[in-house]
Amino acid sequence: MSSAVYLSNVTAGYAHNVVFTRLSLEIGAGRFAGIVGPTGCGKTTLLKTILGTHPVFSGSVLLNGQPVDSVPPGAIGYVPQLGSVDWSFPVTVEEVIMMGLYTNRRIWPWASKEERERIHDLAHRLGIYDCLQHHIVHTSGGQRQRAFLARALINNPKLLVLDEPTSGVDIKTQHEVLHLLGDINNDGITILLTTHDLNAVASHLPWVICFNHGIVAQGKPRDIFTNEILTRTYGGDLVIVRHEGHYLIANNTPLHLTSGLS
Amino acid sequence: MEFLLEPLEYEFFRHGLLAALMVGSLCGVIGVYVILRGMSYVGHGLSHAAFGGAVVGFTLNFNFYAGAGAMGLLAALLINRITRNGKIKSDAAIGIVTTAMFALGVIIISRVRTFTQSFEAALFGNILGITGEDLLVIGLVTASTMTAMFFMYRPLLFSTFDNEAARVFGIRTGIVQLIFSMLLTLSIIASMNVVGVTMIAATLIAPAVTARMMTDSFSRMLIYSTIMGAITGVAGMYLSYILNAASGATIVLFGALLFCLSLLIKFIREKFMLRVNLHRHGDLIHTHPHGQGHGVPNDRPENGKTNADQPAQENR
Repeated sequence: MSSAVYLSNVTAGYAHNVVFTRLSLEIGAGRFAGIVGPTGCGKTTLLKTILGTHPVFSGSVLLNGQPVDSVPPGAIGYVPQLGSVDWSFPVTVEEVIMMGLYTNRRIWPWASKEERERIHDLAHRLGIYDCLQHHIVHTSGGQRQRAFLARALINNPKLLVLDEPTSGVDIKTQHEVLHLLGDINNDGITILLTTHDLNAVASHLPWVICFNHGIVAQGKPRDIFTNEILTRTYGGDLVIVRHEGHYLIANNTPLHLTSGLS
Repeated sequence: MEFLLEPLEYEFFRHGLLAALMVGSLCGVIGVYVILRGMSYVGHGLSHAAFGGAVVGFTLNFNFYAGAGAMGLLAALLINRITRNGKIKSDAAIGIVTTAMFALGVIIISRVRTFTQSFEAALFGNILGITGEDLLVIGLVTASTMTAMFFMYRPLLFSTFDNEAARVFGIRTGIVQLIFSMLLTLSIIASMNVVGVTMIAATLIAPAVTARMMTDSFSRMLIYSTIMGAITGVAGMYLSYILNAASGATIVLFGALLFCLSLLIKFIREKFMLRVNLHRHGDLIHTHPHGQGHGVPNDRPENGKTNADQPAQENR
């Protein structure tokens, strides 16, 4: 399996704060992987490093065998965290998807016939054709996620990166989105996402990377979701319940202790 | 009809009308990006920096526009540089850079009192004193800014909406921001003699926020804002002639009036839509347009009237 993402001895961080040092990571082409870890563990910095929007102090980042700064625009699809989106911004779903077509280098503001057909085909495929003319704030959580997915997929990228796609949506939408990502992965697109939701990861993702300022462990959920690895990742006591191949992960600390009540 | 044609007999009015039309549409276009990029205060600040530059330029025997342009661009570059690492927010950078440049202009005026009168036009606008040179500058800035914004539509929209993702998609967001800051500076300098430093911010913002009330689409907002800016400029000019009031202030007040009207229309429209769409089905009160609920043709409230006065249990 060739590498879609290859990090070699990468050290990255901010002026007075090194987030991770000498990190090496390889994600094979066609893989569907999720990065999990506690808040502030460096997941977002890692994602930005992979996307090439965060400079590294040392080491190299290759995407599909090319240095990240020479990857052609559109080869990476990116879906930001929905919590960071300004929902009052005046854009329709169609205008959001059209933003992804910037990589065409077309200078006219309006979409060409071919571009419009691509938008409509993708919208049909993702089930958002009927809301193309809706303002983004007038769409459901699932439709919003699909609109941003469409923008990321409009250039047929080889690698799709998503920042917390399961946050801010209800549990049904979470499962719909992860199912949809599974279908996209079946088309041969490598998918890498970050999430806080261990249960969603356990149910849907074939590959998990436990991260806390470095890689704690990586592998299939059944190998990764052990008390020892999760304790090393999160530093707390987590309970793992296994039932007919499914996992449920919960905090083992009684609620009255975590909330400060006695 | 005569009241529209009569003022056109005067050259000063024709010049002023043309200047107001161009400045109105220019501010309408650029104002959309100004409010969506959260730069309303930048427009206000840059106009003050440009004023300081105009005074310095005048003292050094430069052209008014050369001094204002140089200082305005310097302010835009400094603000970009200071805020680049995110440690100092743009409002703080604008506060110190542009106010310092304005203060420089005020100090020079206070020391060299002989030309104080000349800068009243820049401070409060003097559209009736627009010269052929002013018209040429306004025309060139309007044409070049409109052209640049037309061809930069896609990267500008993407980086305004989602700067991080825009970078991933290959947009050089730093350069886009720099070019936009320069276009904004040029637009402000071109507008200075029309509406004045003290009122430029409203000219930039009013058409854009009015257009925002009218549509949820970005491309339509751009078109509406441009038209709204042009209408504001022309109507403001005529009103100032009829009322014998200061032109810049009349244009700004007319823009504010249009915004208030758009707010009122939006409020009434939402109230009306709520009354039309509220339905009662047994104990359940909810909203959907007639004929689009439950697959029942011509779906009507069971009691034949709307239930707007009652609290909605389900209100999507």
